Amino acid sequence: MTDTKRSWLTTSPVAAVLLPVVGLIGAIALWWLATVVFGIDSYLLPGPQDVVSTFLDQPAYLLKETGTSMIETVEGFLLAIVLGVPIAVLIVRSVILERLVYPLLLMVNAIPKIAIAPLLVVWMGFGQWPKVVMVLLVCFFPIVISTAQGMKSTPVELVELLRSLNASRIQEFFKLRLRYAMPQIFTGLKVAISLAVIGSVIAEFVGATQGLGYVIQQSGASADTSLAFAAITLLSIMSIVLFYGLVLLEHLLLPWAQETR
Amino acid sequence: MIRLDGVGQVFDGREGQVTALEEIDLHVRPGEFVTLIGRSGCGKSTLLRLIAGLLPPTYGEVRVADEPVTRPRRDVSFMFQRPALLPWRSVLSNVMLPVEIEGDKGRAAYRDRAHELLELVGLKGFEGRLPHELSGGMQQRVSLCRSLIRDPQVMLMDEPFSALDALTRTELSGELQRIKMELSTTIVFVTHSIEEAVVLADRVVVLTPRPGRVREVVDIDIPRPRSLGRNAHLTEVAEISGLLHGLLAEKEARPVDEVRP
Repeated sequence: MTDTKRSWLTTSPVAAVLLPVVGLIGAIALWWLATVVFGIDSYLLPGPQDVVSTFLDQPAYLLKETGTSMIETVEGFLLAIVLGVPIAVLIVRSVILERLVYPLLLMVNAIPKIAIAPLLVVWMGFGQWPKVVMVLLVCFFPIVISTAQGMKSTPVELVELLRSLNASRIQEFFKLRLRYAMPQIFTGLKVAISLAVIGSVIAEFVGATQGLGYVIQQSGASADTSLAFAAITLLSIMSIVLFYGLVLLEHLLLPWAQETR
Repeated sequence: MIRLDGVGQVFDGREGQVTALEEIDLHVRPGEFVTLIGRSGCGKSTLLRLIAGLLPPTYGEVRVADEPVTRPRRDVSFMFQRPALLPWRSVLSNVMLPVEIEGDKGRAAYRDRAHELLELVGLKGFEGRLPHELSGGMQQRVSLCRSLIRDPQVMLMDEPFSALDALTRTELSGELQRIKMELSTTIVFVTHSIEEAVVLADRVVVLTPRPGRVREVVDIDIPRPRSLGRNAHLTEVAEISGLLHGLLAEKEARPVDEVRP
């Protein structure tokens, strides 16, 4: 900073909360203004008031569909953690395993996930499983990568300290390596959770009977644009809630991490 | 207390083998304070790690308390150049780490001891703080308490004060001498500061680099307590420092066949 006097807008905590709100309201206002000024038909671009009233017409239905998508997302995400973290740990432990599995992981990750969606339906039907697996597939890679990186970042002197205390390998893992990797694991989780929402919507586009992705697809077929907008809004709210849930969890679990890194 | 007989250490480097230590004979008496001094790359840290059981010698034998060292011993503590504190653990919990790793034997008694040690180094009231909330000097004090928690017979210290500012360094070397006088622990202390070596030691071992050999062992008979800062024995310290400086600055080190016991 070259100027010595910093504005209230950059320093005050109140402004830190207020500015995003102002930005959001401004964007919505612009959106509304655009529909009015250019006289856009509401089946092309509904105004914010149309979207709100669509939601208020059937709140129970839309919230139920949101819940369905949310559960699929969270289930797939948790499954990706349960599978991804141990695999990352094994990869870091063994060079042989790393060489054996890593290219395979890269290949799987390189496949556009939407290409697999119809196959998942063939294999697993129309229930929630193909959605959960799709979420798992998109989340898995960032979680594995960040965990592996975190596990490799343990400082040498801390490893030596535990050796000098005659710690067992298991103690070294749980008391040091895993704990030290936590901030990086969380970085991976935050990337993964946003992808998870995308994954569940993709899966719901193909062969679903419920969920917000299904709602969007149906509304597209019947040109009910404001319903699609309502569903998209709910999706993004869900995504933001999940993301900030993780951020909150990180603050609670790792109060040391913000200061040390 | 510590005995090294014909110890050598050879590492496999990128360009063939590197001899880090050659023909080291050293005998440290119980309760003695020995400093190891030498240029960087003379193998002082390697020597310390051999005594700690963190590294097996390529040849020769290392004995502590008349037993060959095969792995880290519980009555030998190691203190590093950096504080090596676990960032998510409070001060108290860091000090308790060695006890925790060993198992739960007499946890309560050790807890009292931990409080006592923290008070001894002036950290009373900081037990619940996280490492990042402390200054470098305070962190190294915590590290000192941790290395004292199991009442070690031998303390191995690898340039523990070298990352601190001059004033803190003076304070800590004073505290270390005070603790040493109370506990009669055997200490082997690596440093590259001539003055520090002289002020702390009963004997100074001068190592020459490539390969690391014992160049000379100098007895220090200056009465204690001594201080790095204001000093009642400035002339003696200066005299011996000068001698050591000469030894360290020699280009061609003459091989030493015999080391004074």
